Amino acid sequence: MKQFRSMAYPYVAWISVLIVIPMLLIIAYAFTVEGTAFFQGQFTLANFARFFSDAVFIQVLLRSLRVAILTTIVCLLLGYPAAYAIARAGKRSTFLILVITLPTWINMLVRTYAWVGILQDDGLLNHLLGLFGIGPLQMMYTDFAVVLGMVYNFLPFMILEIHTSLSKMDPSFLEAASDLGANRTQAFLRVTLPMSVPGIVSGITLVFLPAVSSFFIPKLLGGGQYVLIGNVIESQFLTSGNWSFGSALSLIMAIIIMLSMFLTRRLDRNRGIDV
Amino acid sequence: MKKKKFPLTRVILAAVIAFFYLPIVYTVVFSFNSSRSLTHFSGFSLRWYEKMFSSSTTMNAIWMTFVVAILATILSTIIGTITVIGLSKCSRPLRSAVGMINDLPIMNPDIVTAIGLLMFFATMEISKGFVTLLLAHVAFCTPYVMLSITPRLRTLDPNLADAALDLGANPWQALWHAIIPQLMPGIVSGALIAFTMSFDDFVISYFVTGNGVQNISILVYTMSKRINPSINAISTLVIVIITAVLILFNLIPMIRDRAMARRKKEETA
Repeated sequence: MKQFRSMAYPYVAWISVLIVIPMLLIIAYAFTVEGTAFFQGQFTLANFARFFSDAVFIQVLLRSLRVAILTTIVCLLLGYPAAYAIARAGKRSTFLILVITLPTWINMLVRTYAWVGILQDDGLLNHLLGLFGIGPLQMMYTDFAVVLGMVYNFLPFMILEIHTSLSKMDPSFLEAASDLGANRTQAFLRVTLPMSVPGIVSGITLVFLPAVSSFFIPKLLGGGQYVLIGNVIESQFLTSGNWSFGSALSLIMAIIIMLSMFLTRRLDRNRGIDV
Repeated sequence: MKKKKFPLTRVILAAVIAFFYLPIVYTVVFSFNSSRSLTHFSGFSLRWYEKMFSSSTTMNAIWMTFVVAILATILSTIIGTITVIGLSKCSRPLRSAVGMINDLPIMNPDIVTAIGLLMFFATMEISKGFVTLLLAHVAFCTPYVMLSITPRLRTLDPNLADAALDLGANPWQALWHAIIPQLMPGIVSGALIAFTMSFDDFVISYFVTGNGVQNISILVYTMSKRINPSINAISTLVIVIITAVLILFNLIPMIRDRAMARRKKEETA
């Protein structure tokens, strides 16, 4: 069926234009003098120098990393037990997975905006806390609101990834462990947990990556003063029109993401057992 | 070993599910609120829906979201299907190169894909608006469509097309009557992913659109700068539409299966 082969060629041209060239443009502009087009050929490292010499930008980067790491940890702490419970639910686990997936189909912006009312000073959450004699606490425009918004949006990814690796596990491994005298905690720590490392690793990637680059969650729940690296990139392109600095920022962000993904994958290789 | 009725993991799962659905329910409830407040429900009213349907900006955004999502779904599904079939007959290096490039928009943060496309359209002097929005949507949807069809194609017998040709079909008939029907489940789920990805997209649309062309996500984003309860009405509409699409897509295969079962029964009878 060689005649079908040519059917793939238009797409090869299409992705070269709409995927490869845009990526090359980002790299080219990151090394171009501000305000000039890349093909005028003015190579510079000034965009990177500007970033690393300005304490404000370093602080923004550190805050983005802190928020993303915090989000990832919370997702892991909530996601693992939830995925574990789903994997143990037997026949109902398909239904439970559907329940977890359903909200992810709804617009992230819509779901994030829903928290604005709940987190207000006189909102639902403060009313609930009031029943226990706590508060009212200021929640909007804080780290708490931003991390909560991110956990809300990205937790399903963590649950689904961990559930996939847990459900692939052969239950006879646990029987073997208990036959060999392991109690439930030992069996979990030495059999289940190591075997779910691949799921944990891809879960971490799927949460950390959008968390570190998000810009509308901090804007909606953190307010205009709450700036993460995504917000700086947005303003470089849509407000100040500085493509060169914006591209350099995205390149720095992409490198950090790739580096952290590389490190998490190593964790997988060192500790995990391929299932 | 004593088995607890409600182990901690189940409690956490229940809490997580409540956490996922609480804001959705909250939005739907407050879309019927009679006052502007986002925190106090003062009575049932449809005023935010009236406001939504009477605002031409809102109606245009909803219309635009549908037009782009439907066109992007059709185009990316067709392009994706044709390419996957073509690629399966191509050399391995070309296949893996396409796979790697396809991974870029999936692995990259949306904002990186978005600024790349923004700079590309501006460099090519394509003015921002409907065309750029649609091109961008097809560009980011197609890799997902291909990802959903490829595993299906791998399970196909590679001799299927040759068998059809031996039986006297021309290549197009072989494609249309032998290969495509076998890929259908993958194509349908790919189309569903494309539709919801396009319908829900904010980041990429926000960067590549202009000249007043906006979708629901961009509208919600610009409106959210101040407390605005009509967002809740729009959100409820989005929730209803997406739920309807999901039910529809899950029903179609069921109805088809039932029809097929009935046909089989009639044949054997």
